[in-house]
Amino acid sequence: MGDWYRDFANSGVGSTLVEQLGLPRPAVLRRHEPGAPLLTGPAVVGTAGEGRLHETVIRVLEDAGVPVQPPAATDGERLGAVLLDATGVTSPADLAAVHEFLAPALRRLGPSGRVLVLAGPPSDAGSPAQAAARQALEGLVRSVAKELRNGATANLLVVPAGAEAAVPGPVRFFLSGRSAYVDGQVVPLTATDVPAGEDAERPLAGKVAVVTGAARGIGASIARVMARDGASVVGVDVPAAGQSLAEVANEIGGTAFQLDITAPDAAQRLIAHLRERHGGVDIVVHNAGITRDKLLVNMDAARWNPVMAVNLQAQLDTTQALLDADGLLRTGARVVCVSSQSGIAGNRGQTNYAASKAGVIGMVRAWAPAFAERGATINAVAPGFIVTEMTATMPFGTREVGSRINSLQQGGLPVDVAETIAWLSQPSAAGVNGQVVRVCGQSFLGA
Amino acid sequence: MAPQTRKAAIVGGNRIPFARANSAYAQASNQDMLTATLDGLVARFGLQGRQLGEVVAGAVLKHSRDFNLTREAVLGSRLSAATPAYDVQQACGTGLEAAILVANKIALGQIESGIAGGVDTTSDAPLAIHDEMRRVLIALSSARTLRQRLEALAGVRPGMFVPEAPRNAEPRTGLSMGEHQAITARQWGISREDQDELAVRSHRNLAAAYDRGFFDDLVTPYLGLARDENLRPDTSVEKLAELEPVFGTGDPDATMTAGNSTPLSDGASAVLLASDEWAASRGLPVLAHLVDAQTAAVDHVHGGEGLLMAPAYAVPVLLARNGLTLQDFDYYEVHEAFASTVLATLAAWEDPAFCKERLGLDAPLGAIDRSRLNVNGSSLAAGHPFAATGGRIVASLAKQLHEAGPGKRGLISVCAAGGQGVVAVLES
Ligand SMILES: NC(=O)c1ccc[n+]([C@@H]2O[C@H](COP(=O)([O-])OP(=O)(O)OC[C@H]3O[C@@H](n4cnc5c(N)ncnc54)[C@H](O)[C@@H]3O)[C@@H](O)[C@H]2O)c1
Repeated sequence: MGDWYRDFANSGVGSTLVEQLGLPRPAVLRRHEPGAPLLTGPAVVGTAGEGRLHETVIRVLEDAGVPVQPPAATDGERLGAVLLDATGVTSPADLAAVHEFLAPALRRLGPSGRVLVLAGPPSDAGSPAQAAARQALEGLVRSVAKELRNGATANLLVVPAGAEAAVPGPVRFFLSGRSAYVDGQVVPLTATDVPAGEDAERPLAGKVAVVTGAARGIGASIARVMARDGASVVGVDVPAAGQSLAEVANEIGGTAFQLDITAPDAAQRLIAHLRERHGGVDIVVHNAGITRDKLLVNMDAARWNPVMAVNLQAQLDTTQALLDADGLLRTGARVVCVSSQSGIAGNRGQTNYAASKAGVIGMVRAWAPAFAERGATINAVAPGFIVTEMTATMPFGTREVGSRINSLQQGGLPVDVAETIAWLSQPSAAGVNGQVVRVCGQSFLGA
Repeated sequence: MAPQTRKAAIVGGNRIPFARANSAYAQASNQDMLTATLDGLVARFGLQGRQLGEVVAGAVLKHSRDFNLTREAVLGSRLSAATPAYDVQQACGTGLEAAILVANKIALGQIESGIAGGVDTTSDAPLAIHDEMRRVLIALSSARTLRQRLEALAGVRPGMFVPEAPRNAEPRTGLSMGEHQAITARQWGISREDQDELAVRSHRNLAAAYDRGFFDDLVTPYLGLARDENLRPDTSVEKLAELEPVFGTGDPDATMTAGNSTPLSDGASAVLLASDEWAASRGLPVLAHLVDAQTAAVDHVHGGEGLLMAPAYAVPVLLARNGLTLQDFDYYEVHEAFASTVLATLAAWEDPAFCKERLGLDAPLGAIDRSRLNVNGSSLAAGHPFAATGGRIVASLAKQLHEAGPGKRGLISVCAAGGQGVVAVLES
């Protein structure tokens, strides 16, 4: 299931051949390992206009032990990250400073380097000119992401006034190896209280996390990452998948709860289980999902209904039941719903699946205010082409094309989706609510 | 001074689906199955790396290399290697006896938690070498000179290469269990129709229990099997009526068929028992308590009693000690070794003569409400890997009682080879 082409293109003979033929050379991405430094090289931090986040960003870097170089430094060392506080831009004229700062810095960006821009939201701009400048940054960042090579990524954090406390967590995520396959994304933050004192190595310590569809694939990876980050994981999957579910649970010191999430009493059984065993729950990941592909004109109810039931209705019913269950969903709870690129871009043969996955996005957005009132969040993650047992069975051509049509020129791994979900589950991700984060290497589909 | 006792809690259980012999688990050994079953229990209750008081289990058909079967399974499992274990064997009563042993140690405060289990395979059963061949080989290994060795080998005859398979036969009567039961069925006049009806109800009840998710937290799939392989949800009295009798066929009115007798099966089960405090401190449920238990044995060789009738004797002792009548139960689990075993046992309890003469009671124990019998199916549908049956029943009944609410009572009755019976009372 490895990426044979990436490995070939990075081998001795392969790299020469790939260069001569002008073929893409997908990089081996930097992924998070416990104890790994936040960045592999120093960072530079620039500002455009009178920014308000410069100090915050510098503090994050210093706390993580990342050396911060002045923008003008010219020694040859490769940069780990280029950060730009663009909250001060007031008009398109200020963007010249953005260009001036980024151009030389990007030239020095090392492999799997990070470009992170922080800007104010166009929607609360003081003038059309300011809104234009802020919006312009989106186009700029998305284009930079497409220009970067060697596994480097570029993303944009949109920070409204008052949301400064929400910035450090997301900054750490986007700089770290946890965000390896998140590229070209715009993530708006909201002003909220952010609990302090998170352990960087075990940010989920003491949390109880439910992961549906945990027996294999992306769900098993989510369970592993959650456990690595300190959570007690309750893995849920259909009874028929019980043997591998038990193996996953035993590997990570979690528990296996065999449950078909579409059973009429599924939510109540889950709630009773959580109450009895854990007294409550902090994190719920709706990951279980199925596909039953067919062109719409040929689709029967036997393909339509189960996809809706598993991918959308069960997420709705379970979430509602959790909200209704007195005191079960703990303060600061996190719900993360797995959507899909198909739900954003649509996909031939997947009207049922894409509808269900788009529905998840609608659900998350609609619930966000209610979650915010409880100091909780609900978000969606939309994976792109993720290399799993499922994709391994795709025809060679389809798989090759599917995995290359993104800025990182490769498919993502289940762990990439898992890392993003684990990040959204962290206390310090409190400012991300009602959002859809794509884990797609900046896929060309639906972009 | 008599020690203070407490009632052991049944926290939950796990089993693998039971397979028919030489089928899904043909390549699995007793140790494989027991280890997988323990691991499923570990995953269900988060026991990874935990040191428990004791693990007690056994197998009826056992290889000599499995002399420490349970301990080896513990070592191969995710439990702490510091968890002690021992094997027990009481034929088909093994699993229930193991639960009683663990419960008793918990009751006495000698341990706080333990697992009781059982496993059996008829697919990977031990084959013994021919007894004379065995003697030759022993002589050979003690021979010191070449000459002595050649002399020892000269004793080998072709017939000695035929292995001896374990037989499902009583050593003292030479009769198989089915043949014994056929005698009992005839004595009690158990009709073919009643037996088939009981078998059909077992399949229906088991299928319904699966369908409503009852086994979701009692069974963990294994080697591609998610439900008991023997289960036939769509079987019917008409279909079963077509089967030819297989036991007691010397009698023209033979009634026992493959449909109303348990098939040879492979599988394993385990039950987690603990003190209430141990369970509470870990956020684990108490489904029921094991209140009391009793064993009995009958003389099936010379005493004129049926091989599988011992539970009929054990139950009244248990009832008397606990001040209960046979009707004081919300659920009954009478192991379906054969449909006729269940029916003969119930008939015996209703029979004034049997109760007076054999049990020494003034009045018969009486009839039970059949709608409370084996409500989630039993061995005829699930299959009966001998030592695994007790654990299946204890965990399922405990869950059933828990679902019914506090203060519900259940009776377990298991017959075993050698004319033995093991019975127990659970209460939620
Ligand atoms: N693999 C990809 O490229 C990709 C891309 C986009 C989105 N996704 C989404 O990611 C999620 C995980 O996908 P995957 O590739 O790991 O799939 P997978 O099929 O490997 O795993 C899905 C798991 O969900 C479980 N499940 C299905 N129905 C269930 C039910 N009713 N109750 C409980 N569990 C149930 C399955 O048994 C399975 O273990 C899905 O929601 C999928 O739509 C995957």
